[in-house]
Amino acid sequence: MSEVIKLKKGFNINLAGKAATRLAEHTPETVAIKFDDFPGLYRPKILVKEGDAVKAGSPLFFDKAIEKVIYASPVSGEVVAVKRGEKRKPIEIVILCDKTIEYTEHRRFTISDIANISAQDAINHMVSSGVWPQIVQRPYGIVADPDIAPRNIFISTFDTSPLAPDFEFVFKGQEQYFQVGVDILRKVGKCDVHIGLNAGAEISKVFGSVKNAKLHRFIGPHPAGNVGVQIHHIAPINKGDIVWTLHPYGVIQIGKLFLEGRYDASKTIAVVGSELKQPQYYKTVLGANISKLIANNLKSEHVRYISGNVLVGQKIAANGHLGFYDHMLTVIPEGDKPRFFLTEGWLAPVVKRLSFHRALGLLSFLNGNKEYVLDTSTNGEERAFVATGTFEQVVPMDILPMHLIKAILANDYDGMEALGIYEVVEEDLALCEFIDVSKQPIQQILRQGINMMRES
Amino acid sequence: MNFLHQLLEKQRPLFEKGGKFEQFYYVFEAAETFLFTPPSTTPARGAQIRDAIDLKRMMMTVVIAMLPCLFYGMWNVGHQHYLAIGQEADFLTKFILGLKHTLPIILVAYASGGLVEVIFAIMRKHPINEGFLVTGMLIPLVMPVTIPLWQVAVATIFAVLVAKEVFGGTGMNILNVALTARAFLYFAYPTEISGSVWTFLGEGATTVDGYSGATALAIIAETSATKGSNFMPGAAVAALNSVSWAPGLFSFENLFMGAIPGSIGETSTLMCLIGAAILIATGVGSWKIIVSVFAGAYLTGLLVNAVAVNAYMDLPAHYHLVIGGLAFGAVFMATDPVSASHTETGKWIYGFFIGFFTIIIRVFNPAYPEGIMLAILLMNVFAPLIDYYVVQANKNRRLSRATV
Repeated sequence: MSEVIKLKKGFNINLAGKAATRLAEHTPETVAIKFDDFPGLYRPKILVKEGDAVKAGSPLFFDKAIEKVIYASPVSGEVVAVKRGEKRKPIEIVILCDKTIEYTEHRRFTISDIANISAQDAINHMVSSGVWPQIVQRPYGIVADPDIAPRNIFISTFDTSPLAPDFEFVFKGQEQYFQVGVDILRKVGKCDVHIGLNAGAEISKVFGSVKNAKLHRFIGPHPAGNVGVQIHHIAPINKGDIVWTLHPYGVIQIGKLFLEGRYDASKTIAVVGSELKQPQYYKTVLGANISKLIANNLKSEHVRYISGNVLVGQKIAANGHLGFYDHMLTVIPEGDKPRFFLTEGWLAPVVKRLSFHRALGLLSFLNGNKEYVLDTSTNGEERAFVATGTFEQVVPMDILPMHLIKAILANDYDGMEALGIYEVVEEDLALCEFIDVSKQPIQQILRQGINMMRES
Repeated sequence: MNFLHQLLEKQRPLFEKGGKFEQFYYVFEAAETFLFTPPSTTPARGAQIRDAIDLKRMMMTVVIAMLPCLFYGMWNVGHQHYLAIGQEADFLTKFILGLKHTLPIILVAYASGGLVEVIFAIMRKHPINEGFLVTGMLIPLVMPVTIPLWQVAVATIFAVLVAKEVFGGTGMNILNVALTARAFLYFAYPTEISGSVWTFLGEGATTVDGYSGATALAIIAETSATKGSNFMPGAAVAALNSVSWAPGLFSFENLFMGAIPGSIGETSTLMCLIGAAILIATGVGSWKIIVSVFAGAYLTGLLVNAVAVNAYMDLPAHYHLVIGGLAFGAVFMATDPVSASHTETGKWIYGFFIGFFTIIIRVFNPAYPEGIMLAILLMNVFAPLIDYYVVQANKNRRLSRATV
């Protein structure tokens, strides 16, 4: 076992509403694939229209930039809506689910078949079945191009973000699929597969004994579980490098494709947050509608539903759908109440609201391991950058986040490149956005910068 | 308090686009957000929760850290007054006298600077920034109590205008605003901010025998100048201790406590250290800068001691830390995050050179008795250069990684 990489910088946000280790079945009425979940899409070509019947694994659309990679339907059913916005920009494809899922059947491979399959055949199998979009490339955090070989492949097997699902529970018993997924990835990428393990927990039953991969153990506060942070400490991304990253879910999905011959989009998610009566795990499907998950499960009415975690997630409606890459639904109170400056505002002592800072009256650092109920209030107004030296304390990488952000705002392409824009995506700087005194939209600025680099 | 918020919200249409007072929107915004943390929520994408801190709270922390200096300074104004005229007075009498003469300066600084801020916010259509909460308090603390009020106003307006607004407002300024105000007065109206201006005497007051309003810095500089290279070791300290009209005024203990003539808020090293403790404990001020300014000054003091050829160079290094405005500058001026170095490594270098230049200016420059003001302004100018090299080092690490 390799030595433990200890990360000191970062910040754990301990929220109330953790999932109990209990699993229930959830069959959504509808599922949706949302185009905004793929920031790298160039021009999607939609292959279905309203009323079409689809199977799980049927192609829904592809991107004209990478035509061979299809985006597949997670379930069988009927396409009930192809929603478009301004200038016919596609927004989402909604599918009404069948009672029992019918799959597009693919060839099943035995272990020895897998050993003998050529890399090109494996890639062709993956891009045409729907599993490929699980492979996200860095730089840029976009769906990988199957024609460009990566330098390495990275998989983080734990999530340190607030209320994150426990992968040991979620992926229990899937060791075999995970191993096959790793073997396939190693074959198609023709490179090393690096796996980040949590050194702060017991040795993982699911991931700890995986073969044909290089294992690395990490310990530290969030964002130690972010794959971007792990890449930085294993083999950082330099100019010209392409690496692939996968969530363990994607690796297992690839394994299932080869062993079972199916695009299996079933997914175990954590439904969490302070406003839920019973936060727990549900076995559902990718892109599931959330209305049944929250029915009769809310403690209060005025809440926000977030697909993903509270640091990088997206607000969705009460009848909205989970995002493609999200493994959790978080429900927290909305914070749209004014607060008088002497009683709850900027001159009052604050115990209930978490702060990374210790400025006057911010007492949360005294609370130890208290679980917080945090709402969506910005707790202040957007201002010019004033404070310095705090962003660096929550980014465990040799990167100067403030200077990178300023380079983006100044359209300084050389500066962005030299300051490490290739190494980060939104989630890596999400804590900066949380702790920012000036309440700037850091993640949005970063994505603008990434898009500028892609287009240059 | 909800009714008050609703009352304010009812006025909002008047200030929004198309309203009668459209151009005053940011004045309205400032007033409303002063009273109420706004009900704004996080956007649909990105961090859905935010830290409890905001800029107002951060700036307020600095203001509170300055309060010990302010209150001590008010008492000291009264104390110096009664010391000079040779009368006894109790604590409260001294404090109230100080309050009476300090408060107008504070009000004028806040009003004149605030006015410029508001005008620019209206013209430039940007929110009124909380940074002036701090600047407006810093300016009075570095003024002599006898300063004419109109000069406070002129200096504040000049500083906010030239040091801040022409560079694009808060967050963009290169120079520390409060120090620019002081530097402006220093060069534009030197008679009102140097010499015997530090003690309020009052109309027609008679002073005690042998009274001199000179500061410790002035006494040492004079000793050094008159004695030249024929000095006895320890001459500077001897000169400080031989002040006849108020025995023990410039003893080391009293210099540290701060019951000495000087600008309103900067005399007491002890109160500055209390302020420093607040800033460091809350993480609002950079401890790296504070420590490195003191370290730079002390080490430079030792260095000039070692090669002393006059009385000033011979002054024990620890005296440098308690005389003049070094402590105040190190704690409240050098740590201004906008004009200081922005990188963590840079902060060490920036602070060290402030300490270094303060001593160099004090000891070797006969024209300026105090060095901290010019040292900080000088390093403000060099801070971007320091940052440039620190950032370049980060870039180079990344580049060298790529070529290996």
